[in-house]
Amino acid sequence: MKKPLKKIIVFILSAAVLIGAFDLIQRLLTPKYVDGIVEGAFVKEYYAEEMDHDVLFVGDCEVYENFSPVTLWEKYGINSYIRGSAEQYIFQSYYLLEDAFLYEKPKVVVFNIQSLQFDYSRSEAYNRMSIEGMRWSKYKVGSIYASMTEEESFIEYVFPILRYHSRWSELTKDDFKYLFSQPTVTHNGYYMRVDAKPAGSFPAVKPLGDYSFSERAWSYLYRIVEACRRNGSELILIKAPSLYPHWYDEWDDEVKEYAASEGLRYINFLEHTDEIGLDYSTDTYDGGLHLNLYGAEKCADWLGNILSTEYGLADRRSDSHLAAVWAEKIEAYNAEIAAQKVKYGIE
Amino acid sequence: MVFTSYEFLGFLAVLLLLYYLAPKKLRPPLLLVGSLVFYFFAGAKFLIYISVTAVTVWAAGLVIGKNLEAQSEYIKAHKAELSQEEKKAFRDREKRKRKLWLALCLLLNLGILAAVKYTNFAIANINGLFGTKLGFITVAVPLGISYYTFMAIGYLVDVFRGTVKAEKSLWRFALFVSFFPHVIQGPISRYGDMSDSLFAGNGFDRDRFFRGLERVLWGFFKKLVIADRIFIAVGRIIGDSGKFQGPYILIGMLLYTVELYADFTGGIDITIGVAQMFGVEVKENFMRPYFSTSLKEYWRRWHITMCSWFRDYLFYPVSTSRSMGRFTKFTKKHFGQKAGKRIPVYVSSFIVWFSTGLWHGASWNFIVWGLLNWAILMVSEELEPLYGGFHKRLPGTNGSGYRVFMILRTFLLITVMNLFDCYATLGETIGSLASIFRASAWTGFSAAALGLSVSDWAVIAVGCAVMLAVSLLSVKKGVRERLAEKPYALRFAVFALLFAATVVVGVYGVGYDSSQFIYTRF
Repeated sequence: MKKPLKKIIVFILSAAVLIGAFDLIQRLLTPKYVDGIVEGAFVKEYYAEEMDHDVLFVGDCEVYENFSPVTLWEKYGINSYIRGSAEQYIFQSYYLLEDAFLYEKPKVVVFNIQSLQFDYSRSEAYNRMSIEGMRWSKYKVGSIYASMTEEESFIEYVFPILRYHSRWSELTKDDFKYLFSQPTVTHNGYYMRVDAKPAGSFPAVKPLGDYSFSERAWSYLYRIVEACRRNGSELILIKAPSLYPHWYDEWDDEVKEYAASEGLRYINFLEHTDEIGLDYSTDTYDGGLHLNLYGAEKCADWLGNILSTEYGLADRRSDSHLAAVWAEKIEAYNAEIAAQKVKYGIE
Repeated sequence: MVFTSYEFLGFLAVLLLLYYLAPKKLRPPLLLVGSLVFYFFAGAKFLIYISVTAVTVWAAGLVIGKNLEAQSEYIKAHKAELSQEEKKAFRDREKRKRKLWLALCLLLNLGILAAVKYTNFAIANINGLFGTKLGFITVAVPLGISYYTFMAIGYLVDVFRGTVKAEKSLWRFALFVSFFPHVIQGPISRYGDMSDSLFAGNGFDRDRFFRGLERVLWGFFKKLVIADRIFIAVGRIIGDSGKFQGPYILIGMLLYTVELYADFTGGIDITIGVAQMFGVEVKENFMRPYFSTSLKEYWRRWHITMCSWFRDYLFYPVSTSRSMGRFTKFTKKHFGQKAGKRIPVYVSSFIVWFSTGLWHGASWNFIVWGLLNWAILMVSEELEPLYGGFHKRLPGTNGSGYRVFMILRTFLLITVMNLFDCYATLGETIGSLASIFRASAWTGFSAAALGLSVSDWAVIAVGCAVMLAVSLLSVKKGVRERLAEKPYALRFAVFALLFAATVVVGVYGVGYDSSQFIYTRF
């Protein structure tokens, strides 16, 4: 073999070995989110879906714990998905929505406006959970730059090993077991909990000096509205029925005023708890912050009725392919209900 | 832009690419632009300070250099007409002119250094001595001012002495002063050593480039894996001198000595490696310093460029000055020939060590540290005959066992003296040192309080073992030279392992408080 050619081959082989080893170590050190804190796995799971959803929920824990897409399918034949992650900020929701529009054009987008109260990210950990699972696109880059706290660097999103290298001393069996693939932890983005903890008392409501949302937060809501219009999706603004953190009347008025000015529907679920049939002594698993399975199914049922009657979403249960897909999902859903009942000692 | 930041790595990659893509002629100017950009990121206003130093020293060097040239041309032209006395008188007259330029330039640049670095120290001392309430000034110390000022002064003195030719080009001189790899923490390079490779516009040389890269990687390993991990514990100990006493001080001293080595030599490895990647040769600054058998030897092996700078540009001028000559005569007359010869040397050394201490920082801690070094060196010098006799009489003092003992003794001495680096005040330093001997300070010790996990201690131990092995292997031949002779697969594996260890086990990124290189503050 000629010398220059040999050199080139050796160089390419060396580079390939180095890149391969680097990738392997990076996979090993990156959190798998299969046990304990699983919220970091939510965003990535979306890409395994067939992109044909009628409804897309976007928001933080107030959507991924409070609405069950399985109920929407079982009762109304609505194919829905939740794009949510822990404390997902409004700018992250915007970029996730734009990202979803790259793959599909849902008829309805349901956005939870709880995150309007935050103008900037408060935690690097939450940023990671919302952004890392996104596929690379200009929207992921946008989300990174919109979210980064002072201590973060863009390069650490490109090469997560630079962020997670310190996990080398805390690796578990799961890190090796799920090196190349992780199990699905949500049900179309819904995070299930079957246990119950009745709503108790909350810290006294503190009056705020200024109830107006920041310009930055509003600007991202405008962008969400624009993106939905551009993509032909109906936008519904909601405030999920979580009792805490407190949702101020002044905030509610601001959203109502904005929704009216833009001709958008705004539903504050806290005003409809009786119609929905929510019982905060049985339908929440953490004392009223988030709903459990029973609460989430009730909310989905109530919203499903609106979606099918007022938004004309067709019942697709007769679509054999979709029905087969959902049959599998329902099986997994029921299996987890059974498993969690055992876990939490529920009859 | 710290060496260990992503910004620096990005900056370096871009500059390297542009450097090797640019035509040969444009490479050195590009390096200057890169160095100024690097410096700009440290603070735009700092560019003024370094520019003043570069311009004034360059101009003074030019004047002095031209005067030297004119002097020799004149003497050459009038060789036959001038008597020896006339020639000497002419030379003396011209030298006085050059001295004036030298003095003015030194005054200006040392004045700037003193103003930004020592004004508040002076004010604090005046207030303490005279009970005045003079206010402190708010002034940021420009990045690397101690280093580039000394490099510039060294150049000017060399031009004055006629050992290097004055640089005619301002931009070339500016590049020497501001060359970004060594502006942060040295080494204190000499113009004569660097200029050829710095201005050559070197083309890409694969072997040299990868040798540089290896050195950079080794520096990162020492800094990120060892030094910054040790800093977690040392930072805690230093940060709360009231809480951490007794055994913590003992452990802290030991850890700090290792940290200082890994940090400073790691930083210099990065400097030399980066320079090498551009084809620029920078002098070594260390020669296995912790293998020294005496403090004297240690100072020949540690921060070599600083020590030789003080020797060449302070000790020699002071000890050979006219006033010192007069002082020698005086001491010989009053203390006899032998002692009379030594006292002026000790006085000159005192000045050097006082300055060395002050150079390290505007604090009595550093001055005491410097003078402690001086005292030990002078006492060792005085006791040399006694040691000699002892070594002759005691068996085994030529063996390796005794050599190891001397190495450990010197290491311990350095470890204790390094404590003066750590604390802000002399009181804290002495108090902490004294606590080692106070029984009550030894109760309630908990290793967990140091903030290091078992795996951290394991990494430190392995890291130290690797550093020690590399040092031992380098005694006869450099490790990189040894490695270069090995098959490609082995070299590649070592490189990949070092890279992986640094990336994975290194202390950096979110969750860690990245520490600056220790020597950048000097």
